[in-house]
Amino acid sequence: MTGTATNRSFVRLSGVGHRYDPDPATPMAVTGVDLDIQRHEFVAVVGPSGCGKSTLLRMISGLLKPTEGEVSVFGRPVDGPRDDVGIVFQKPTLLPWLNVRKNVLFPLKHKYGRYSHDDEKRAGELLEMAGLESFADKMPDELSGGMQQRVGIVRALLLNPDILLMDEPFSALDAMTREQIGFDLLRIWEENPKTVLFITHSIAEAVLLADRVLVMSKRPGTLLEMLDVDLPRPRTRHTISEPRFAELTERLRKHIYEPEAA
Amino acid sequence: MSLKQPDPKTRRLVLAAAPWLFFVALILLWELVCRAFSLPEYVLPAPSAIVDAFFKVEFSRWMTHLWATLRVALMGFLVSILVAVPIAIAMMRSELLTRTLYPLLVVIQSTPVVAVAPLIIVLMGSDDPSRVLITCLLTFFPLVVSTATGINETPPELIELSRSLDAPTRRETWQIRIPYAIPYIFTGLRVAITLAIIGAVVAEFVAAEEGLGYFIQFSTSFFRIPQAFAGLFFLAVVSLLLFKSVQWTQQIFFPWSLPKK
Repeated sequence: MTGTATNRSFVRLSGVGHRYDPDPATPMAVTGVDLDIQRHEFVAVVGPSGCGKSTLLRMISGLLKPTEGEVSVFGRPVDGPRDDVGIVFQKPTLLPWLNVRKNVLFPLKHKYGRYSHDDEKRAGELLEMAGLESFADKMPDELSGGMQQRVGIVRALLLNPDILLMDEPFSALDAMTREQIGFDLLRIWEENPKTVLFITHSIAEAVLLADRVLVMSKRPGTLLEMLDVDLPRPRTRHTISEPRFAELTERLRKHIYEPEAA
Repeated sequence: MSLKQPDPKTRRLVLAAAPWLFFVALILLWELVCRAFSLPEYVLPAPSAIVDAFFKVEFSRWMTHLWATLRVALMGFLVSILVAVPIAIAMMRSELLTRTLYPLLVVIQSTPVVAVAPLIIVLMGSDDPSRVLITCLLTFFPLVVSTATGINETPPELIELSRSLDAPTRRETWQIRIPYAIPYIFTGLRVAITLAIIGAVVAEFVAAEEGLGYFIQFSTSFFRIPQAFAGLFFLAVVSLLLFKSVQWTQQIFFPWSLPKK
């Protein structure tokens, strides 16, 4: 499933860059990113804070127009927000006035103004898959941070998107919750294959979850390195204790801390 | 803090009883002071004299005055909501409108309504509409400000969520921004409801034939000071009940919007 030439490229970025300030003298936030993501590939992006990881994600989502280059999905250029993209934000961004079920259904309610009985059934199934069925009628503030973020993920899956964009989704969680929710995400992803772009600043998390890890440089953000993660799936907590896992994280660290030597 | 904590039940009881005990103590002190110094009624009537005066006035007369004040206050309050919320939404949509309107709103807010009230009465006559207008002038600014604050404080992630769904702006406003502003709006409503009573009373002070404000003014001018105090307390109780009703409305209909304990 890792980046081979046999698979048709699903998400393609060619020479993509963005500058927030129209003044050409100001630095680019992101520049010269060439990237091909295969369908149902799980790609993680790591890099220092402020390196433009989120900018990259927002350009793929269509929320932000690249000022140079082009993003295309399945050969069609991206020129605005799209149906086939689900986004999971750093914060759960649940609506405090809606219960968990209604929060999950919110994308439909918001986009089309209504949802059907079947949609409600689907929301129930998604909640069950995430182990949240008993929380469906609870309000967000009755849930722990990890539970809230699970709801955020379930919500992003409602419209059954092909692409799941995750912007440091677990960074607000404590270490143990974070590990657990990572495995849950893998299980969900294996049951419902999606193309995932997962931004994180945890090297271990990136290696544990992804098929491929991209390393971004400091501002202006550009791709420094790509690392194929050949750890077998399904990955479990035992994966972490494998020598290959240590080897790969060490190689990534080397790319990040001594980019010249690598 | 003492090492020995009282048990939580006693603590709760003390906390609940404290304001009432304090209030009763104050009234008793007042009564004592009046009796001890034999203060004349027209200087400071004793609480007992005020209670006497209250019951000397016929119940139906109280109701007439209450209804006159309540009618103006509530209408002003409602009109204020109907004007303030759309203005706040419009100001969120358009920076030009914000720039144009905001200075005017500040000018209206910083002009003492008491000074403008007589002019409004001259201009519009001494009927309900002019009193409602006076009330509105007092109440709508805090409502505009609190609503606009709530709408603008909507977290950018929620707006991003809406944009990523490519939803119409109308739904962004109604399904995200307005609900998000609810706790802010209620803060404004709590301020506005007490101001509404003040507005109605100010209007009655200028020109009226009925209402609790009119009643107080009229009683004072005839040196019926205990009766004026009775009117004042009645007004305070009504104002408090209205304030509480706003809180209850929030508790019943928008429990999620209350601050977490």
